[in-house]
Amino acid sequence: MKRNIGILLMTVMTAGLLFGCGQKEEGGSVSTDGSTSMEKVIGALGEAFEGENQGVTFTYNPTGSGTGIQAVSEGRCDIGLSSRSLTDEEKGQGLTETVLAYDGIALIVNPENPVEDLSMETAAKIYTGEISNWKDIGGADQEIVLIGREAGSGTRDGFESVTETEDACKYRQELTSTGDVITTVAGNPGAIGYVSLASVSDNVKVVSVNGVMPEEKTVKDKSYVLQRPFVLVTKTDQELSETAQKFFGYITSEDAAEIISGAGAVPVN
Amino acid sequence: MKNRKKAFEKFVHGIFLILGLITVGCVLLITLYLIVSGIPAIRKIGLWKFLFGKVWESASEQPSYGILPFILTSIYGTAGAIVIGVPIGFLTAVYLSKIASERVKSIVETAVSLLAGIPSVVYGLVGMLILVPQIRKLFHVPDGASLLAAIIVLAVMILPSIIKVSITALDAVPKEYEDASLALGATEIETYFKVSVPAAKSGIAAAVVLGIGRAIGEAMAVMMVSGNVANMPGLFQSVRFLTTAVASEMSYSSGLQREALFSIALILFLFIMMINAALNFFLKGRKEV
Repeated sequence: MKRNIGILLMTVMTAGLLFGCGQKEEGGSVSTDGSTSMEKVIGALGEAFEGENQGVTFTYNPTGSGTGIQAVSEGRCDIGLSSRSLTDEEKGQGLTETVLAYDGIALIVNPENPVEDLSMETAAKIYTGEISNWKDIGGADQEIVLIGREAGSGTRDGFESVTETEDACKYRQELTSTGDVITTVAGNPGAIGYVSLASVSDNVKVVSVNGVMPEEKTVKDKSYVLQRPFVLVTKTDQELSETAQKFFGYITSEDAAEIISGAGAVPVN
Repeated sequence: MKNRKKAFEKFVHGIFLILGLITVGCVLLITLYLIVSGIPAIRKIGLWKFLFGKVWESASEQPSYGILPFILTSIYGTAGAIVIGVPIGFLTAVYLSKIASERVKSIVETAVSLLAGIPSVVYGLVGMLILVPQIRKLFHVPDGASLLAAIIVLAVMILPSIIKVSITALDAVPKEYEDASLALGATEIETYFKVSVPAAKSGIAAAVVLGIGRAIGEAMAVMMVSGNVANMPGLFQSVRFLTTAVASEMSYSSGLQREALFSIALILFLFIMMINAALNFFLKGRKEV
Protein backbone atom coordinates (compact mmCIF):
# COMPACT_ATOMS: atom_id res chain seq x y z
CA MET A 1 0.00 0.00 0.00
CA LYS A 2 2.70 2.37 1.06
CA ARG A 3 4.68 1.62 -2.04
CA ASN A 4 1.62 2.25 -4.19
CA ILE A 5 1.20 5.67 -2.68
CA GLY A 6 4.86 6.29 -3.32
CA ILE A 7 4.54 5.39 -6.97
CA LEU A 8 1.40 7.48 -7.30
CA LEU A 9 3.16 10.47 -5.73
CA MET A 10 6.10 10.05 -8.04
CA THR A 11 3.87 9.90 -11.08
CA VAL A 12 2.04 13.01 -10.01
CA MET A 13 5.27 14.85 -9.32
CA THR A 14 6.80 13.83 -12.62
CA ALA A 15 3.66 14.92 -14.39
CA GLY A 16 3.82 18.17 -12.47
CA LEU A 17 7.38 18.65 -13.59
CA LEU A 18 6.50 18.08 -17.21
CA PHE A 19 3.49 20.36 -17.16
CA GLY A 20 5.33 22.84 -14.97
CA CYS A 21 7.54 23.53 -17.96
CA GLY A 22 4.30 24.67 -19.53
CA GLN A 23 4.77 23.67 -23.12
CA LYS A 24 1.13 23.33 -24.03
CA GLU A 25 -0.99 22.48 -21.01
CA GLU A 26 -3.87 24.28 -19.36
CA GLY A 27 -2.04 24.22 -16.02
CA GLY A 28 0.67 26.63 -17.15
CA SER A 29 1.92 29.66 -15.29
CA VAL A 30 2.63 33.30 -15.93
CA SER A 31 5.17 35.16 -13.87
CA THR A 32 5.42 38.92 -13.78
CA ASP A 33 7.96 41.02 -11.96
CA GLY A 34 8.44 44.74 -11.56
CA SER A 35 6.87 48.09 -10.80
CA THR A 36 5.23 48.45 -7.42
CA SER A 37 3.01 51.20 -8.86
CA MET A 38 1.39 48.61 -11.12
CA GLU A 39 0.47 46.32 -8.24
CA LYS A 40 -3.26 47.16 -8.25
CA VAL A 41 -3.65 46.94 -12.01
CA ILE A 42 -1.66 43.78 -12.62
CA GLY A 43 -3.09 42.13 -9.51
CA ALA A 44 -6.66 42.66 -10.74
CA LEU A 45 -5.77 41.44 -14.23
CA GLY A 46 -4.01 38.36 -12.90
CA GLU A 47 -6.96 37.48 -10.71
CA ALA A 48 -9.39 37.80 -13.60
CA PHE A 49 -7.14 35.72 -15.85
CA GLU A 50 -6.86 32.98 -13.25
CA GLY A 51 -10.61 33.02 -12.86
CA GLU A 52 -11.19 32.53 -16.56
CA ASN A 53 -8.52 29.86 -17.05
CA GLN A 54 -8.81 27.10 -14.48
CA GLY A 55 -5.52 25.70 -13.26
CA VAL A 56 -3.37 28.53 -14.48
CA THR A 57 -1.20 30.17 -11.87
CA PHE A 58 -0.32 33.83 -12.02
CA THR A 59 2.48 35.35 -9.98
CA TYR A 60 3.50 38.96 -9.47
CA ASN A 61 6.68 39.99 -7.74
CA PRO A 62 6.54 43.66 -6.63
CA THR A 63 10.20 44.61 -6.89
CA GLY A 64 10.32 47.88 -8.81
CA SER A 65 10.60 48.82 -12.46
CA GLY A 66 14.38 48.43 -12.70
CA THR A 67 14.41 45.00 -11.11
CA GLY A 68 11.47 43.87 -13.24
CA ILE A 69 13.23 44.88 -16.45
CA GLN A 70 16.36 43.10 -15.31
CA ALA A 71 14.35 40.01 -14.35
CA VAL A 72 12.81 39.69 -17.80
CA SER A 73 16.13 40.19 -19.57
CA GLU A 74 17.66 37.46 -17.39
CA GLY A 75 14.69 35.20 -18.11
CA ARG A 76 13.57 35.04 -14.49
CA CYS A 77 10.01 36.02 -15.39
CA ASP A 78 7.74 36.00 -18.43
CA ILE A 79 6.68 39.62 -18.47
CA GLY A 80 8.44 42.54 -16.84
CA LEU A 81 6.42 45.48 -15.53
CA SER A 82 7.71 49.00 -15.73
CA SER A 83 6.05 52.28 -14.85
CA ARG A 84 8.39 54.18 -17.15
CA SER A 85 9.33 53.80 -20.78
CA LEU A 86 12.39 51.70 -21.50
CA THR A 87 15.69 53.51 -21.94
CA ASP A 88 17.58 53.13 -25.21
CA GLU A 89 20.18 51.11 -23.35
CA GLU A 90 17.51 48.66 -22.24
CA LYS A 91 15.97 48.44 -25.71
CA GLY A 92 19.45 47.74 -27.04
CA GLN A 93 19.58 44.68 -24.78
CA GLY A 94 16.77 43.08 -26.78
CA LEU A 95 13.71 44.20 -24.86
CA THR A 96 10.39 45.37 -26.27
CA GLU A 97 7.85 47.59 -24.57
CA THR A 98 4.07 47.48 -24.94
CA VAL A 99 2.07 50.23 -23.27
CA LEU A 100 -0.72 48.72 -21.19
CA ALA A 101 -2.24 51.80 -19.63
CA TYR A 102 -1.62 55.36 -18.51
CA ASP A 103 -1.35 56.49 -14.95
CA GLY A 104 -2.01 60.02 -13.83
CA ILE A 105 0.43 61.41 -11.29
CA ALA A 106 -1.43 63.51 -8.73
CA LEU A 107 0.11 66.45 -6.91
CA ILE A 108 -0.96 66.31 -3.29
CA VAL A 109 -0.80 68.89 -0.50
CA ASN A 110 -1.89 69.02 3.11
CA PRO A 111 -5.67 69.53 3.50
CA GLU A 112 -4.98 72.76 5.43
CA ASN A 113 -3.29 74.25 2.38
CA PRO A 114 -5.53 76.77 0.54
CA VAL A 115 -3.77 76.31 -2.82
CA GLU A 116 -6.13 74.65 -5.34
CA ASP A 117 -4.35 74.77 -8.66
CA LEU A 118 -0.78 74.82 -9.95
CA SER A 119 0.38 75.29 -13.49
CA MET A 120 2.93 72.85 -14.82
CA GLU A 121 5.61 75.57 -14.77
CA THR A 122 4.79 76.50 -11.20
CA ALA A 123 5.04 72.85 -10.17
CA ALA A 124 8.43 72.64 -11.86
CA LYS A 125 9.56 75.89 -10.21
CA ILE A 126 8.44 74.62 -6.83
CA TYR A 127 10.37 71.39 -7.21
CA THR A 128 13.53 73.09 -8.45
CA GLY A 129 13.44 75.45 -5.48
CA GLU A 130 12.75 78.62 -7.48
CA ILE A 131 9.56 79.12 -5.51
CA SER A 132 10.14 78.19 -1.91
CA ASN A 133 7.28 79.76 0.00
CA TRP A 134 3.56 79.06 -0.29
CA LYS A 135 2.75 82.78 0.06
CA ASP A 136 4.21 83.41 -3.43
CA ILE A 137 1.50 81.28 -4.99
CA GLY A 138 -1.49 82.22 -2.89
CA GLY A 139 -0.89 80.09 0.18
CA ALA A 140 0.07 80.79 3.78
CA ASP A 141 3.47 82.24 4.71
CA GLN A 142 5.14 78.88 5.03
CA GLU A 143 8.19 77.25 3.55
CA ILE A 144 7.37 74.62 0.93
CA VAL A 145 8.53 71.16 1.97
CA LEU A 146 9.25 69.03 -1.09
CA ILE A 147 8.45 65.36 -0.70
CA GLY A 148 9.62 63.02 -3.42
CA ARG A 149 10.53 59.43 -4.18
CA GLU A 150 13.93 57.74 -4.29
CA ALA A 151 16.15 57.85 -7.37
CA GLY A 152 15.02 55.23 -9.86
CA SER A 153 11.40 55.18 -8.72
CA GLY A 154 8.96 55.08 -11.62
CA THR A 155 6.76 57.77 -10.10
CA ARG A 156 9.73 60.09 -9.60
CA ASP A 157 11.01 59.41 -13.07
CA GLY A 158 7.52 60.01 -14.46
CA PHE A 159 7.08 63.26 -12.56
CA GLU A 160 10.52 64.63 -13.32
CA SER A 161 10.41 63.77 -17.00
CA VAL A 162 6.96 65.32 -17.52
CA THR A 163 7.84 68.50 -15.62
CA GLU A 164 11.35 68.52 -17.11
CA THR A 165 13.01 68.81 -13.74
CA GLU A 166 15.35 65.82 -14.05
CA ASP A 167 18.20 65.98 -11.57
CA ALA A 168 17.14 69.47 -10.53
CA CYS A 169 14.64 68.74 -7.77
CA LYS A 170 15.60 70.01 -4.33
CA TYR A 171 13.91 67.36 -2.26
CA ARG A 172 13.55 67.71 1.45
CA GLN A 173 12.60 64.04 1.78
CA GLU A 174 13.08 61.12 -0.57
CA LEU A 175 10.75 58.37 0.56
CA THR A 176 10.61 54.82 -0.67
CA SER A 177 6.87 54.22 -0.94
CA THR A 178 3.68 55.93 -2.00
CA GLY A 179 2.20 55.32 1.45
CA ASP A 180 5.10 57.11 3.13
CA VAL A 181 4.64 60.12 0.83
CA ILE A 182 0.92 60.36 1.68
CA THR A 183 1.56 59.96 5.41
CA THR A 184 4.25 62.64 5.38
CA VAL A 185 2.21 65.14 3.35
CA ALA A 186 -0.81 64.53 5.58
CA GLY A 187 1.33 65.31 8.62
CA ASN A 188 3.03 68.52 7.46
CA PRO A 189 1.02 71.65 6.49
CA GLY A 190 3.85 72.92 4.28
CA ALA A 191 4.39 69.73 2.32
CA ILE A 192 3.76 68.90 -1.32
CA GLY A 193 4.21 65.47 -2.86
CA TYR A 194 3.41 63.42 -5.93
CA VAL A 195 1.78 60.00 -6.02
CA SER A 196 0.09 57.72 -8.46
CA LEU A 197 -3.52 58.78 -9.06
CA ALA A 198 -4.75 55.34 -8.08
CA SER A 199 -3.20 55.66 -4.61
CA VAL A 200 -4.63 59.02 -3.55
CA SER A 201 -6.47 58.86 -0.24
CA ASP A 202 -8.76 61.20 1.69
CA ASN A 203 -6.22 62.54 4.17
CA VAL A 204 -4.46 64.65 1.53
CA LYS A 205 -5.73 67.23 -0.95
CA VAL A 206 -5.24 66.80 -4.69
CA VAL A 207 -4.50 70.02 -6.60
CA SER A 208 -5.39 70.49 -10.25
CA VAL A 209 -2.66 71.01 -12.84
CA ASN A 210 -3.19 73.70 -15.51
CA GLY A 211 -6.75 73.88 -14.21
CA VAL A 212 -7.49 70.21 -14.85
CA MET A 213 -8.20 67.75 -12.06
CA PRO A 214 -6.62 64.32 -12.50
CA GLU A 215 -9.41 61.89 -13.41
CA GLU A 216 -9.65 58.92 -15.71
CA LYS A 217 -11.29 61.02 -18.40
CA THR A 218 -8.77 63.84 -18.27
CA VAL A 219 -5.82 61.46 -18.26
CA LYS A 220 -7.18 59.57 -21.24
CA ASP A 221 -7.86 62.64 -23.38
CA LYS A 222 -4.44 63.90 -22.29
CA SER A 223 -5.82 67.21 -21.00
CA TYR A 224 -4.30 66.29 -17.65
CA VAL A 225 -0.64 66.54 -18.49
CA LEU A 226 1.00 64.90 -15.49
CA GLN A 227 0.83 61.26 -16.59
CA ARG A 228 3.07 58.30 -17.40
CA PRO A 229 2.77 54.92 -19.11
CA PHE A 230 2.45 51.47 -17.55
CA VAL A 231 4.61 49.27 -19.72
CA LEU A 232 4.81 45.52 -20.33
CA VAL A 233 8.37 44.43 -21.05
CA THR A 234 9.15 41.33 -23.10
CA LYS A 235 12.14 39.91 -24.92
CA THR A 236 12.23 40.89 -28.57
CA ASP A 237 13.76 37.75 -30.02
CA GLN A 238 12.08 35.17 -27.79
CA GLU A 239 8.50 34.02 -27.93
CA LEU A 240 6.43 33.89 -24.78
CA SER A 241 5.23 30.54 -23.47
CA GLU A 242 1.72 29.71 -24.59
CA THR A 243 0.13 30.66 -21.30
CA ALA A 244 2.11 33.87 -21.05
CA GLN A 245 1.15 34.75 -24.62
CA LYS A 246 -2.49 34.14 -23.77
CA PHE A 247 -2.18 36.36 -20.72
CA PHE A 248 -0.46 39.05 -22.74
CA GLY A 249 -3.23 38.95 -25.33
CA TYR A 250 -5.87 39.02 -22.64
CA ILE A 251 -4.59 42.06 -20.75
CA THR A 252 -4.05 44.10 -23.89
CA SER A 253 -7.53 43.27 -25.20
CA GLU A 254 -10.59 45.47 -24.85
CA ASP A 255 -12.11 43.03 -22.36
CA ALA A 256 -9.44 43.90 -19.86
CA ALA A 257 -10.01 47.65 -20.18
CA GLU A 258 -12.75 47.64 -17.58
CA ILE A 259 -10.57 45.83 -15.08
CA ILE A 260 -7.71 48.27 -15.65
CA SER A 261 -9.90 51.30 -15.12
CA GLY A 262 -11.43 49.59 -12.09
CA ALA A 263 -7.92 49.47 -10.64
CA GLY A 264 -7.46 53.22 -11.07
CA ALA A 265 -5.41 53.41 -14.27
CA VAL A 266 -6.45 54.43 -17.74
CA PRO A 267 -6.37 51.63 -20.38
CA VAL A 268 -4.88 52.25 -23.79
CA ASN A 269 -7.47 50.20 -25.69
CA MET B 1 32.03 -3.94 17.35
CA LYS B 2 34.57 -1.48 18.60
CA ASN B 3 35.38 -0.44 15.08
CA ARG B 4 31.76 0.11 14.38
CA LYS B 5 31.41 2.33 17.38
CA LYS B 6 34.42 4.28 16.30
CA ALA B 7 33.09 4.68 12.81
CA PHE B 8 29.79 5.94 14.22
CA GLU B 9 31.64 8.42 16.43
CA LYS B 10 33.53 9.66 13.43
CA PHE B 11 30.34 9.93 11.44
CA VAL B 12 28.61 12.06 14.09
CA HIS B 13 31.76 14.10 14.43
CA GLY B 14 31.64 14.76 10.71
CA ILE B 15 28.01 15.87 10.84
CA PHE B 16 28.75 18.36 13.60
CA LEU B 17 31.70 19.64 11.65
CA ILE B 18 29.54 20.19 8.57
CA LEU B 19 26.88 21.99 10.60
CA GLY B 20 29.54 24.18 12.14
CA LEU B 21 31.01 24.94 8.75
CA ILE B 22 27.63 26.14 7.44
CA THR B 23 27.91 29.28 9.56
CA VAL B 24 31.52 29.85 8.60
CA GLY B 25 30.58 29.19 4.98
CA CYS B 26 27.83 31.82 5.11
CA VAL B 27 30.21 34.43 6.45
CA LEU B 28 32.82 33.59 3.84
CA LEU B 29 30.24 33.57 1.07
CA ILE B 30 28.85 36.98 2.04
CA THR B 31 32.32 38.45 2.44
CA LEU B 32 33.45 37.09 -0.86
CA TYR B 33 30.28 38.18 -2.63
CA LEU B 34 30.51 41.70 -1.24
CA ILE B 35 34.13 42.04 -2.23
CA VAL B 36 33.59 40.64 -5.72
CA SER B 37 30.52 42.74 -6.42
CA GLY B 38 31.72 45.83 -4.53
CA ILE B 39 35.17 46.27 -6.05
CA PRO B 40 34.24 46.88 -9.75
CA ALA B 41 32.30 50.09 -9.13
CA ILE B 42 35.03 51.45 -6.86
CA ARG B 43 37.55 50.78 -9.60
CA LYS B 44 35.36 52.47 -12.21
CA ILE B 45 34.64 55.49 -10.04
CA GLY B 46 38.01 55.71 -8.33
CA LEU B 47 38.51 55.02 -4.63
CA TRP B 48 39.26 58.63 -3.72
CA LYS B 49 36.30 60.01 -5.66
CA PHE B 50 34.03 57.35 -4.22
CA LEU B 51 35.00 57.74 -0.57
CA PHE B 52 35.51 61.50 -0.49
CA GLY B 53 33.16 62.73 -3.19
CA LYS B 54 30.54 65.02 -1.70
CA VAL B 55 27.86 64.57 -4.35
CA TRP B 56 25.68 61.51 -4.85
CA GLU B 57 23.49 61.73 -7.92
CA SER B 58 23.15 58.15 -9.01
CA ALA B 59 20.23 58.49 -11.41
CA SER B 60 21.13 61.71 -13.18
CA GLU B 61 22.45 62.10 -16.73
CA GLN B 62 25.96 62.67 -15.49
CA PRO B 63 25.93 60.51 -12.41
CA SER B 64 28.33 61.18 -9.58
CA TYR B 65 28.96 58.67 -6.88
CA GLY B 66 30.48 60.30 -3.82
CA ILE B 67 29.55 58.67 -0.54
CA LEU B 68 31.22 61.04 1.93
CA PRO B 69 27.79 62.40 2.98
CA PHE B 70 26.66 58.85 3.83
CA ILE B 71 29.82 57.99 5.72
CA LEU B 72 29.71 61.19 7.77
CA THR B 73 25.99 60.81 8.42
CA SER B 74 26.50 57.26 9.65
CA ILE B 75 29.33 58.36 11.92
CA TYR B 76 27.50 61.43 13.26
CA GLY B 77 24.25 59.53 13.68
CA THR B 78 25.92 56.70 15.56
CA ALA B 79 27.96 59.09 17.69
CA GLY B 80 24.83 61.06 18.54
CA ALA B 81 22.95 57.91 19.49
CA ILE B 82 25.86 56.85 21.70
CA VAL B 83 26.05 60.27 23.38
CA ILE B 84 22.36 60.09 24.29
CA GLY B 85 21.97 56.34 24.72
CA VAL B 86 25.08 55.38 26.70
CA PRO B 87 24.58 57.58 29.79
CA ILE B 88 20.95 56.48 30.06
CA GLY B 89 21.73 52.83 29.43
CA PHE B 90 24.79 52.75 31.65
CA LEU B 91 23.14 54.42 34.62
CA THR B 92 20.08 52.20 34.22
CA ALA B 93 22.37 49.18 34.32
CA VAL B 94 24.12 50.38 37.49
CA TYR B 95 20.76 51.02 39.12
CA LEU B 96 19.31 47.66 38.12
CA SER B 97 22.39 45.66 38.99
CA LYS B 98 23.26 47.26 42.33
CA ILE B 99 20.52 49.42 43.78
CA ALA B 100 17.11 48.24 42.60
CA SER B 101 15.07 45.72 44.58
CA GLU B 102 14.49 42.30 43.05
CA ARG B 103 10.91 43.21 42.13
CA VAL B 104 11.82 46.42 40.36
CA LYS B 105 14.72 44.72 38.66
CA SER B 106 12.58 41.94 37.24
CA ILE B 107 9.92 44.36 35.97
CA VAL B 108 12.41 46.72 34.34
CA GLU B 109 14.41 43.89 32.83
CA THR B 110 11.25 42.52 31.23
CA ALA B 111 10.52 45.95 29.81
CA VAL B 112 14.06 46.17 28.44
CA SER B 113 13.72 42.76 26.80
CA LEU B 114 10.45 43.85 25.24
CA LEU B 115 12.14 46.99 23.91
CA ALA B 116 14.76 44.77 22.30
CA GLY B 117 12.06 42.66 20.68
CA ILE B 118 10.16 45.48 18.98
CA PRO B 119 10.73 45.29 15.22
CA SER B 120 12.65 48.22 13.80
CA VAL B 121 9.84 49.13 11.40
CA VAL B 122 7.68 49.85 14.44
CA TYR B 123 10.32 52.22 15.82
CA GLY B 124 10.33 53.87 12.43
CA LEU B 125 6.57 54.19 12.29
CA VAL B 126 6.31 55.71 15.75
CA GLY B 127 9.18 58.04 14.87
CA MET B 128 7.51 59.07 11.63
CA LEU B 129 4.07 59.71 13.12
CA ILE B 130 5.03 61.22 16.49
CA LEU B 131 8.68 62.23 16.68
CA VAL B 132 9.05 63.91 13.27
CA PRO B 133 6.01 66.26 13.59
CA GLN B 134 7.05 67.10 17.18
CA ILE B 135 10.56 68.07 16.07
CA ARG B 136 9.02 70.27 13.37
CA LYS B 137 6.85 72.10 15.91
CA LEU B 138 9.41 72.25 18.71
CA PHE B 139 12.31 73.63 16.70
CA HIS B 140 10.24 75.61 14.16
CA VAL B 141 11.87 73.94 11.18
CA PRO B 142 9.90 73.35 7.96
CA ASP B 143 10.21 69.59 8.24
CA GLY B 144 11.11 67.31 11.14
CA ALA B 145 12.62 64.41 9.23
CA SER B 146 16.26 64.92 10.06
CA LEU B 147 19.48 63.62 11.53
CA LEU B 148 18.16 64.56 14.98
CA ALA B 149 15.09 62.36 14.57
CA ALA B 150 17.30 59.46 13.49
CA ILE B 151 19.64 59.99 16.44
CA ILE B 152 16.76 59.88 18.92
CA VAL B 153 15.28 56.74 17.38
CA LEU B 154 18.69 55.05 17.31
CA ALA B 155 19.41 56.05 20.92
CA VAL B 156 16.25 54.27 22.04
CA MET B 157 17.01 51.26 19.87
CA ILE B 158 20.49 50.69 21.30
CA LEU B 159 19.36 50.99 24.93
CA PRO B 160 18.49 47.29 25.36
CA SER B 161 21.88 46.00 24.19
CA ILE B 162 23.75 48.52 26.33
CA ILE B 163 21.66 47.84 29.44
CA LYS B 164 21.73 44.06 29.16
CA VAL B 165 25.44 43.65 28.51
CA SER B 166 26.33 46.22 31.17
CA ILE B 167 24.17 44.42 33.75
CA THR B 168 25.89 41.13 32.98
CA ALA B 169 29.28 42.78 33.43
CA LEU B 170 28.28 44.51 36.66
CA ASP B 171 26.69 41.37 38.10
CA ALA B 172 29.93 39.50 37.49
CA VAL B 173 31.96 41.81 39.78
CA PRO B 174 32.94 39.68 42.85
CA LYS B 175 30.96 40.69 45.91
CA GLU B 176 34.19 40.70 47.97
CA TYR B 177 35.41 43.82 46.15
CA GLU B 178 32.29 45.72 47.14
CA ASP B 179 32.27 44.34 50.69
CA ALA B 180 35.89 45.40 51.15
CA SER B 181 35.12 48.89 49.88
CA LEU B 182 32.11 49.21 52.17
CA ALA B 183 34.12 47.91 55.12
CA LEU B 184 36.68 50.65 54.51
CA GLY B 185 33.96 53.23 55.03
CA ALA B 186 33.01 54.12 51.44
CA THR B 187 29.33 54.85 50.85
CA GLU B 188 27.33 52.58 48.55
CA ILE B 189 27.33 55.03 45.67
CA GLU B 190 31.09 55.55 46.03
CA THR B 191 31.55 51.80 46.02
CA TYR B 192 29.49 51.31 42.85
CA PHE B 193 31.22 54.02 40.87
CA LYS B 194 34.75 53.63 42.20
CA VAL B 195 34.94 49.85 42.63
CA SER B 196 32.21 48.00 40.72
CA VAL B 197 32.21 50.07 37.54
CA PRO B 198 36.01 50.10 37.09
CA ALA B 199 36.05 46.33 37.69
CA ALA B 200 33.41 45.88 34.98
CA LYS B 201 34.84 48.43 32.59
CA SER B 202 35.77 46.09 29.78
CA GLY B 203 32.28 44.59 29.81
CA ILE B 204 30.74 48.04 29.72
CA ALA B 205 33.04 49.01 26.87
CA ALA B 206 31.83 45.90 25.03
CA ALA B 207 28.25 47.07 25.63
CA VAL B 208 29.02 50.44 24.07
CA VAL B 209 30.68 48.83 21.06
CA LEU B 210 27.68 46.53 20.65
CA GLY B 211 25.46 49.62 20.71
CA ILE B 212 27.60 51.24 18.01
CA GLY B 213 27.27 48.10 15.91
CA ARG B 214 23.52 48.08 16.22
CA ALA B 215 23.22 51.80 15.46
CA ILE B 216 25.44 51.79 12.40
CA GLY B 217 23.71 48.75 10.93
CA GLU B 218 20.13 49.91 11.39
CA ALA B 219 18.29 50.73 8.17
CA MET B 220 14.53 50.48 8.34
CA ALA B 221 13.74 52.76 11.26
CA VAL B 222 16.29 55.33 10.12
CA MET B 223 14.95 55.34 6.59
CA MET B 224 11.51 56.32 7.84
CA VAL B 225 12.59 59.33 9.92
CA SER B 226 15.71 60.78 8.31
CA GLY B 227 14.35 62.10 4.99
CA ASN B 228 16.85 60.20 2.83
CA VAL B 229 18.33 63.08 0.84
CA ALA B 230 22.05 62.82 0.16
CA ASN B 231 22.97 66.06 1.96
CA MET B 232 26.09 66.63 4.00
CA PRO B 233 24.96 65.99 7.58
CA GLY B 234 23.47 68.73 9.72
CA LEU B 235 21.29 68.26 12.79
CA PHE B 236 18.11 69.47 11.07
CA GLN B 237 19.08 68.39 7.58
CA SER B 238 17.44 65.60 5.71
CA VAL B 239 20.20 62.98 5.57
CA ARG B 240 20.99 59.54 4.22
CA PHE B 241 22.93 56.84 6.08
CA LEU B 242 25.15 54.15 4.53
CA THR B 243 22.47 51.56 5.22
CA THR B 244 19.58 53.60 3.84
CA ALA B 245 21.61 54.55 0.77
CA VAL B 246 21.73 50.87 -0.12
CA ALA B 247 18.18 50.06 0.92
CA SER B 248 16.39 53.00 -0.65
CA GLU B 249 17.84 52.70 -4.15
CA MET B 250 18.36 48.97 -4.50
CA SER B 251 14.89 48.11 -5.74
CA TYR B 252 15.03 50.40 -8.77
CA SER B 253 18.72 50.46 -9.53
CA SER B 254 20.57 49.21 -12.57
CA GLY B 255 24.04 49.24 -14.10
CA LEU B 256 26.79 51.18 -12.38
CA GLN B 257 24.31 52.57 -9.86
CA ARG B 258 23.61 49.04 -8.61
CA GLU B 259 27.30 48.19 -8.54
CA ALA B 260 27.96 51.36 -6.55
CA LEU B 261 25.32 50.28 -4.03
CA PHE B 262 27.24 47.05 -3.52
CA SER B 263 30.36 49.14 -2.97
CA ILE B 264 28.52 51.11 -0.29
CA ALA B 265 27.55 47.80 1.30
CA LEU B 266 31.22 46.79 1.20
CA ILE B 267 32.25 49.99 3.00
CA LEU B 268 29.52 49.41 5.58
CA PHE B 269 30.75 45.85 5.97
CA LEU B 270 34.28 47.11 6.64
CA PHE B 271 32.91 49.43 9.32
CA ILE B 272 31.09 46.53 10.97
CA MET B 273 34.25 44.39 10.79
CA MET B 274 36.22 47.09 12.57
CA ILE B 275 33.54 47.32 15.23
CA ASN B 276 33.59 43.56 15.67
CA ALA B 277 37.36 43.61 16.00
CA ALA B 278 37.01 46.26 18.70
CA LEU B 279 34.38 44.13 20.42
CA ASN B 280 36.66 41.11 20.39
CA PHE B 281 39.46 43.21 21.81
CA PHE B 282 37.33 44.36 24.74
CA LEU B 283 35.92 40.89 25.43
CA LYS B 284 39.41 39.38 25.48
CA GLY B 285 40.51 42.17 27.78
CA ARG B 286 37.77 41.17 30.19
CA LYS B 287 39.00 37.60 30.42
CA GLU B 288 42.49 38.74 31.33
CA VAL B 289 41.29 40.94 34.20
